[in-house]
Amino acid sequence: MRYGYAGTILRIDLDSGAIQKQPLPEALADKFIGGRGFVAKTLFDELLPDIQPFDPENRFIMATGPLSGHLLPASGKTHFGAKSPANGGYADSNMGGHFGPQLKYAGYDMLILTGRASAPSLIVIEDASVQIRSAEAYWGQGAIVAETQLKRDLGDDYQILTIGPAGEKLVRYACISHDFGRQAGRTGIGAVLGSKLVKAIAIKGTGSLPVHDVEAAYRAGKEAYAKVTQKPGFKEWVPEGTAGITDFINEVGVFPTRNFQSSYSEHHKAINGKAILKELKITDKGCYGCPTPCGKYGHAKTKSGEAFVEGPEFETIALFGGNCLLPTISDVAYANYLCDELGVDTISAGVVISWAIECYEKGILGREEIGREIAFGELETVEYLLAKIAAREGIGHLLAEGVKAAAEKTGQGSDRFAIHVKGLEWSGYECRNSPSMMLAYMTADIGAHHARAWVVGHDLAGSWSDVNEMIASAGEGPRELPEAVVKPECADYVIESQHVRPLFDALGICRLQFMELGFEPENYEKLFHCITGQKRTWEELLAVSERIWTLTRAISLKEVPGFGRAWDFPPERFSTEPITSGPNKGRLLSREKLERLLDWYYRARGWDAEGRPTRETYARMGLADEAHVLSAMGLCRPEAG
Amino acid sequence: MELRVIHERCSGCGTCRLTCALENFREVNPAKALLRIRGRFPAPGDYRIDLCDQCGECAEICPVEAITQLNGAYRVDTEACINCMVCVDACPKGVVMTPHQDEEPAICTACGACAAICPREAIITAPSHTLQKEAG
Ligand code: SF4
Ligand code: SF4
Repeated sequence: MRYGYAGTILRIDLDSGAIQKQPLPEALADKFIGGRGFVAKTLFDELLPDIQPFDPENRFIMATGPLSGHLLPASGKTHFGAKSPANGGYADSNMGGHFGPQLKYAGYDMLILTGRASAPSLIVIEDASVQIRSAEAYWGQGAIVAETQLKRDLGDDYQILTIGPAGEKLVRYACISHDFGRQAGRTGIGAVLGSKLVKAIAIKGTGSLPVHDVEAAYRAGKEAYAKVTQKPGFKEWVPEGTAGITDFINEVGVFPTRNFQSSYSEHHKAINGKAILKELKITDKGCYGCPTPCGKYGHAKTKSGEAFVEGPEFETIALFGGNCLLPTISDVAYANYLCDELGVDTISAGVVISWAIECYEKGILGREEIGREIAFGELETVEYLLAKIAAREGIGHLLAEGVKAAAEKTGQGSDRFAIHVKGLEWSGYECRNSPSMMLAYMTADIGAHHARAWVVGHDLAGSWSDVNEMIASAGEGPRELPEAVVKPECADYVIESQHVRPLFDALGICRLQFMELGFEPENYEKLFHCITGQKRTWEELLAVSERIWTLTRAISLKEVPGFGRAWDFPPERFSTEPITSGPNKGRLLSREKLERLLDWYYRARGWDAEGRPTRETYARMGLADEAHVLSAMGLCRPEAG
Repeated sequence: MELRVIHERCSGCGTCRLTCALENFREVNPAKALLRIRGRFPAPGDYRIDLCDQCGECAEICPVEAITQLNGAYRVDTEACINCMVCVDACPKGVVMTPHQDEEPAICTACGACAAICPREAIITAPSHTLQKEAG
């Protein structure tokens, strides 16, 4: 028995209905820990270049980690993976809530779906029982409506994940929804589920997880909660959640505004964390085992309608409040609700919509193509476009493909301001005066996502603690900011962060307590030992994280023809159009600087000039077998000279 | 130990349930917990903590008098219990639980482990007179 883990991988082939349970391979757990590591290894081994993201042969993977479901702060994270609808390469997306722990209590560490069902289906798992049932009654329903209905039909003790109409219609940034407001939002993972004709998965687990030393684990767990709740910052972080950083991010001029034309929003006070408390909030809403619930559940009233909604969290505020310029937090919350119900990622949707509005302002897309006038700052515009996108109707057909594909089709230079990397729309930080963070976006394995490395603080101050102080002192208005220095250390900051944050995605837990509250690595080492029985130092765990990072790069190289350096650049806007207002007005990062950043990064990682890990690097990571596969495809060479 | 719940503080994390199962059964298995957390979503959008308040209805209805109060908590006498589960249906809060499946039910032991760990202080220990007062 493997302590900490549930011990079984569940495979469901939707073509044949075959259900297979296989023991969790020891080597997989040893080498890749769990979560994101399991996702990456499975995708590397099982994908082939000619499989398209919506083909039945694509995998839909959901994986927990060894610490998921155990008594420690925030053990509710789950990782999803597939061949990416955003770019055909590596994709994953992370979700909190209560679903992952429930999968483990039901007896499974990982669930892999293959094939395509012959009709809309619902997967119902109760411990050893796995059933594929008809989902005709739920197909077409909004994600939250479907979840409500399923809870009623199956029982409140089921944890449920659903897709909305956008997932059914294969919108390339469709999300997975769970617990009335938690999403696995990024990379269109919901559309992969939709392509398999699976509307929902419901899980109820009543089993116990094996623990190496239950007395010690219980003690360490209790201690961990006591320590986290005593951390300075605990009381500050909880009330507003991630929305609490809005003022700060705006003041330091990294807040996406007007499709990333600017990085400063004048109306930030109307859309910040305090506005949530004033206008929306009913309750704090947390994930499984979380002492610091970042979810703010509330009720929004707008001209367009009213709704119960979880959020908005910072990213949604940035993309709908800043980037689409919605004027009030209630408008942002209502847009959030529409995205949740339709089942689209708020980040990608915010970028796609702001791009469309800019195209309209510039006369690139006309009233006829769009079907009406659209404008920044208008909830009706957002509502109209979201409905079109989710239904793939009219202009929605174009926009449902994501901003990269939409710009390629539209032409007329609209790709210059299609804000993405690798086909994944950019999340909530504008980086023309933040070179490290720019590099983090350029090199994040799934595309332009902030959660792989968050190094804005390094560009501003150089340390985490300073950032927390700066956040606490926000509210004074725009700051005088020096021009951030483009230097080789930028690459080091990014690489370090790219190993730390994703490590939590492998362990199956939330990183907030570590990143934001400074809950020390020793605590995780101790918990890992009591629970799994294995002694691993933080450095050893980080080494696994680096291995996983190398492997996700390898997956995109293997699956996407021509993948490499050219895929690692941001849109032209960031090198040619200076920021229009705010503290970073006038700044940009030249192409030459971007090239330099990439050179430093590749060198520090042991990748060649094309961004391909060398044979030696794979060997150093313990990925020699994978290197053989890549060599045979001409994608891996020894170090030059 | 007297326990009091403040629903409005609860964020639904379920840490109390996981802890309850560890405290009472030494298992990582919240399905065995002796209290429930109910999320009421989308509307009204809040949580309810269902915890034994020592009302005694289980003891009253038990046909073989297997449930008695001891040190401020109701206990099921496993020898006397005939597993009829009448108390399970009778509990107004739905917290006479069946952690051992078809065998005898179990009731909160008022150990206070949930209150000790709740990071939101949504379950707290309180002397009985304040309990009376604040309940009213
Ligand atoms: S531990 Fe506290 S906040 Fe968490 S579910 Fe239990 S009562 Fe609610
Ligand atoms: S007081 Fe003890 S037995 Fe009762 S619900 Fe809380 S943890 Fe469980």
